[in-house]
Amino acid sequence: MAKYSSLGLETELTLALPGGGGGGDPSGSMETKQKKRVFFEFSGEESKVVSKNQVVGWPPVCSYRRKNSFSGEERTKMYVKVSMDGAPFLRKIDLSAHEGYSGLIMALEKLFGCYGIGEGDNNEYVPIYEDKDGDWMLVGDVPWQMFSGSCKRLRIMKRLDAKGIKLHAKDLLKGISIEA
Amino acid sequence: MINYFPEEVLEHVFSFLTSHRDRNAVSLVCKSWYNVERFSRGKVFIGNCYAISPERLISRFPRVRSLTLKGKPHFADFNLVLHDWGGYVYPWIEAMAKGCTNLEELRLKRMLVSDASLELIAKSFPNFKSLVLVSCEGFTTDGLAAIASNCRFLRELDLQENEVEDPRGQWLSCFPDSCTSLASLNFACLKGEVNLAALERLVARCRNLKSLRLNHAVPPDVLQKILARAPQLVDLGAGSFVHDPESETYNKLKNVMQKCTSIRSLSGFLDVNARCLPAIYPICINLTSLNLSYAPGIYSKELVKLIRKCKKLQCLWILDTIGDKGLRVVASACKELQELRVFKSDPNDVGNAAITEEGLVAISAGCPNLNSLLYFCRQMTNTALITVAKNCPNFIRFRLCTLDPITPDAVTMQPLDNGFGAIVQSCKGLKRLSVSGLLTDQVFLYIGMYAEQLETLSIAFAGNSDKGMVYVLNGCKKLKKLEIRDSPFGNMALLADTGKYETMRSLWMSSCKVTFGACKSLAEKMPRLNVEIINEGDEMEGGSDDRQNVEKMYLYRTLVGPRKDAPDSVWTL
Repeated sequence: MAKYSSLGLETELTLALPGGGGGGDPSGSMETKQKKRVFFEFSGEESKVVSKNQVVGWPPVCSYRRKNSFSGEERTKMYVKVSMDGAPFLRKIDLSAHEGYSGLIMALEKLFGCYGIGEGDNNEYVPIYEDKDGDWMLVGDVPWQMFSGSCKRLRIMKRLDAKGIKLHAKDLLKGISIEA
Repeated sequence: MINYFPEEVLEHVFSFLTSHRDRNAVSLVCKSWYNVERFSRGKVFIGNCYAISPERLISRFPRVRSLTLKGKPHFADFNLVLHDWGGYVYPWIEAMAKGCTNLEELRLKRMLVSDASLELIAKSFPNFKSLVLVSCEGFTTDGLAAIASNCRFLRELDLQENEVEDPRGQWLSCFPDSCTSLASLNFACLKGEVNLAALERLVARCRNLKSLRLNHAVPPDVLQKILARAPQLVDLGAGSFVHDPESETYNKLKNVMQKCTSIRSLSGFLDVNARCLPAIYPICINLTSLNLSYAPGIYSKELVKLIRKCKKLQCLWILDTIGDKGLRVVASACKELQELRVFKSDPNDVGNAAITEEGLVAISAGCPNLNSLLYFCRQMTNTALITVAKNCPNFIRFRLCTLDPITPDAVTMQPLDNGFGAIVQSCKGLKRLSVSGLLTDQVFLYIGMYAEQLETLSIAFAGNSDKGMVYVLNGCKKLKKLEIRDSPFGNMALLADTGKYETMRSLWMSSCKVTFGACKSLAEKMPRLNVEIINEGDEMEGGSDDRQNVEKMYLYRTLVGPRKDAPDSVWTL
């Protein structure tokens, strides 16, 4: 497993081989300004960033892309409760860990050990969510980011219970409330 | 003899010259050629909006119809430059509105564009046809509404990666019913809702529409209706592609896709349910360009299934979720690939070992026509780069970015000097290079020696001494843009060849070892350079200490002296 060089406070660069043991600390003649300096310490197998200090503008991803790729720089965890009809207790799932609906559905299916969550008629379960306004909505109608920003809790409802209620997006958007 | 050529003949001959360089060369031959050329020049490209003034532009080229302007320095993309640094387009539009109303086309990059500017464009240029804004900011959809309402012959509205406020969202409805001329509409970067009915009607009446890129807010059922109306589309950017693969909408979409046999370029999928991708399989065989770099919802397996079908692909932009494995599939399927960009899917993700040198080597072996590369990777080796250089000698653009900016060769722990050396030696046509990883002065020696066509060089965390920078300045005769950050280059390098900077567009140096004193003396010596010091936070009270290192310096050649619109934090020395 490749070891990565570390950039410590006194980091300087030269032609010399990355110095002795411990993944190489090149020495040279560059001054460092502490507040702008990068502290990356990769330890062998773990490859974890030890310090939370980040270099400004590295890696060079343009700011538009940073804001619009799924994992923005400040990605806060978004845990919401998930209830499933027939399950004795609720679970929690982190919406920010998923990039889209397919990931979410897969995670829910894994979480409850079942298969068949989705909008189509052959699915046993229908996923719905409570949004910021307190309305219960069908999962999947709006763009993912909009959904994850407004979802307060999830419910995996038995399709049979939803019979009689037309599960059209437009109707639900009008705010039909369903007993949780 | 040449003087007896009637001007009309000269003008006719010059009309066959389309490249700026050819026209620039022609205008240097003699006064008469200069004059004929300047009256017949229709397109002008200005790489740095502060190098010249709008008034001088108009007085030299009074009949300019198409203007391209670039504002902020490239590193502004990475938050190294303040928002209000500059690059305002308003003065240009104001001047053109007074002196040159036949403007038809405006292309702006990294500029500050206000709604007032857009409104002025809409009012002032009766023949306005094309507006392209790339990485700009400062405007809202109100400005777009003005363009839509008033530009009767609008052919192209192309918004790429701009930050746009959307207070009202009705701009699309502002295209009048009489507008049928649109050939290209790209609003993928807009965050807000659009009037979907208006969009459908617009598409229906613009029979020449060839390029359409939608935003998040356009759902699959509307996409399906649009495609049914516009089977002639050549370039499509899907917005939302999330729906139930069992649904009626999905079926309709699949059917209509099959009829879209003209689509050559596909992008978007800003929101995607990967199980719906089979709907686009029928058009994959025709695709020459595929951009899935904003579609994080597609996992490697599905990505690979899709790309395998794109046998004619020439340009591919994807996320690093594709992995080395996926790149091997690309290498075996996309034999005509010329451009590849592999972006980071998560700027903070350290643990994802998806992309290494192996993927790149595979691509180089499978795709000999590769000439343009942007590659974010976790690690690289000299051997890999040497192999790539041998397999693909046609690189024009080669940009590598390792996650750790000073990571050495992953196998030998040596600097990556020899690897990049091989690239510049083998790729004789290389015009743009970004280096990354552990690098010493040696790599710059190679670059200076071999990179004869190099125009743009980006350096970060590299080199040991002034010598590195001097090798580049001395060796690269065609160098236009040099941007350096966090490297140990200082005053000796900066002042080694001051005349060189007048042959270049610009030089950026941040977190290097250049002092105030040196910058001041450079500015004094070279009056046709603007030497700007950008200071954020570090207040320099009274006189600055000449021996103090400058945090950010940006210098560029100019014919019009220091600019008057710099904010307080920017000093022109």
